Amino acid sequence: MDPGQLIIFLLKAVAVVLAVMTLAGYTVLAERKVAGWIQGRTGPNRTALPILGAIPVVGTFLRRLGVFQPLADVGKFLFKEEPFPGHVNKLYYLLAPALAFIPAMTTVTVLPFGQHDGAPLVLANLDIGILFILAVSSLGVYGIILGGWASNSKYPFLGGVRSSAQMISYELALGLSILPVFLWTGGTLNLHAVVQEQTHVWFLFVQPLSALIFLVALFAETNRMPFDMPEAETELVAGYNTEYGAFGFGLFFLAEYTHIIIGSGVFTVLFLGGWNLWLPFPEGIFGAVLSVLVFLAKVLCLVFFFIWVRWTLPRFRYDQIMNLGWRILLPLALANLIFYAIAIAVIDRVL
Amino acid sequence: MATKVVERKPLNLAERSYLPQIVGGLKITFRNMWKPPVTLEYPEQRPNIPDRYRGVPTLVKDPNGREKCVACQLCEFVCPPRAIRIDPGEIPEDSEHAHVEKAPREFKIDMLRCIYCGLCEEVCPEEAIFLQDTFSVNGLSRAELVFNKKKLYQLGGTLPDSHYKWDKKRDAAEKGGDEH
Repeated sequence: MDPGQLIIFLLKAVAVVLAVMTLAGYTVLAERKVAGWIQGRTGPNRTALPILGAIPVVGTFLRRLGVFQPLADVGKFLFKEEPFPGHVNKLYYLLAPALAFIPAMTTVTVLPFGQHDGAPLVLANLDIGILFILAVSSLGVYGIILGGWASNSKYPFLGGVRSSAQMISYELALGLSILPVFLWTGGTLNLHAVVQEQTHVWFLFVQPLSALIFLVALFAETNRMPFDMPEAETELVAGYNTEYGAFGFGLFFLAEYTHIIIGSGVFTVLFLGGWNLWLPFPEGIFGAVLSVLVFLAKVLCLVFFFIWVRWTLPRFRYDQIMNLGWRILLPLALANLIFYAIAIAVIDRVL
Repeated sequence: MATKVVERKPLNLAERSYLPQIVGGLKITFRNMWKPPVTLEYPEQRPNIPDRYRGVPTLVKDPNGREKCVACQLCEFVCPPRAIRIDPGEIPEDSEHAHVEKAPREFKIDMLRCIYCGLCEEVCPEEAIFLQDTFSVNGLSRAELVFNKKKLYQLGGTLPDSHYKWDKKRDAAEKGGDEH
């Protein structure tokens, strides 16, 4: 690979990573805003930048919307003193947030987010795309377990243990629920191929049960509300990140929201037709931008759904989560797989 | 007493999946999103303080500008946390408010001790001390939070008076009668 190509590649990678991190930051804001609206509050609406905030109408509007809040949050996380509890294993304590964050960001590489004249816009168009995502994103749990364990404190430890149990339970249903999708696309694991298959009909309408199981498992994998066992504020103080502050906590936080965005992205690619909108995109750069915007809009709707569910449902009890995962979702996913395997075989024979 | 046994029907499949209930909950939260917020944006918007609110105790003057407190010290004695300290003093003969028995030379309420019980207001025979609508008290030192007479009158201002008791007394004394 010649240096010019390499630089372009690096620039692309940096751009995508920056975009995802910005999105994660603003997802935090969205969470706070939506939580406020649902609970009859206003949410963050005070932070303002010196010059931008002083523009008469626009500045006030942005300030009321809390658009500058993530900047203040990031500034706080970066410049706060790093607390270092005396009773922790320093190496693992420092390693854990990075270990939670890196897998979350790594999965972005294989996620196609648009098209340019029929070719996918993606950092690495792997043939094993979905396998890579499943494998790497589940590594994120090591960060949580390590964080809980290295904190050397009982509540974080319980959070970590719960997290590992939950991840293992739902990983199975997660994997099994999307197999029918790949059976339908003819055995390829490439995500771009999955999107192209949905040019006319989204898989959400072809395989609603797969989509439902995947969505539920996704909620569990991202530690979101009905399944937020590792955090469970009312039971475990703050869960696995109780002993963390400043930047370490910031990384855990960012990793969590990155997981939500990536999870939404994967769901969009698999079940919501990626960037397809039943209409062919125009040629050239305009079509490319349009496809990215459509994809982003779908992802953001899903992110909103994640937030919406969080402020609607109460938390499951721990044994209920295990019950749901092993005794309901797993058999359901298996039955779903067998049903679609037979159905696809029959359709192939008949047509 | 007649009891009625309510039959518990087993949940059907849809109910056991929780999904209809989840959709119902989502509908409710979605509707709530569009309702106006019920919160106040505090420093700019202030809550409506109802009459009879028990805020900071203050000293008041009557519409003629006379201080109503006569330094009887009843509030000082009744105050459960002993937050009030009064230093009673004479009113000079040539003052326009002569004929009033006494006036406080200094009147201090330690706001770090005050429990806002309102007993001082209740016990005051002259209607001179009122717990008014100030609810936010802060300071940078302990000394700053011991409100002195000047501060208490500044907070209290003037309240309407229906008696003008001491004015009547003075008029009577000046007419030379011995009604009092």
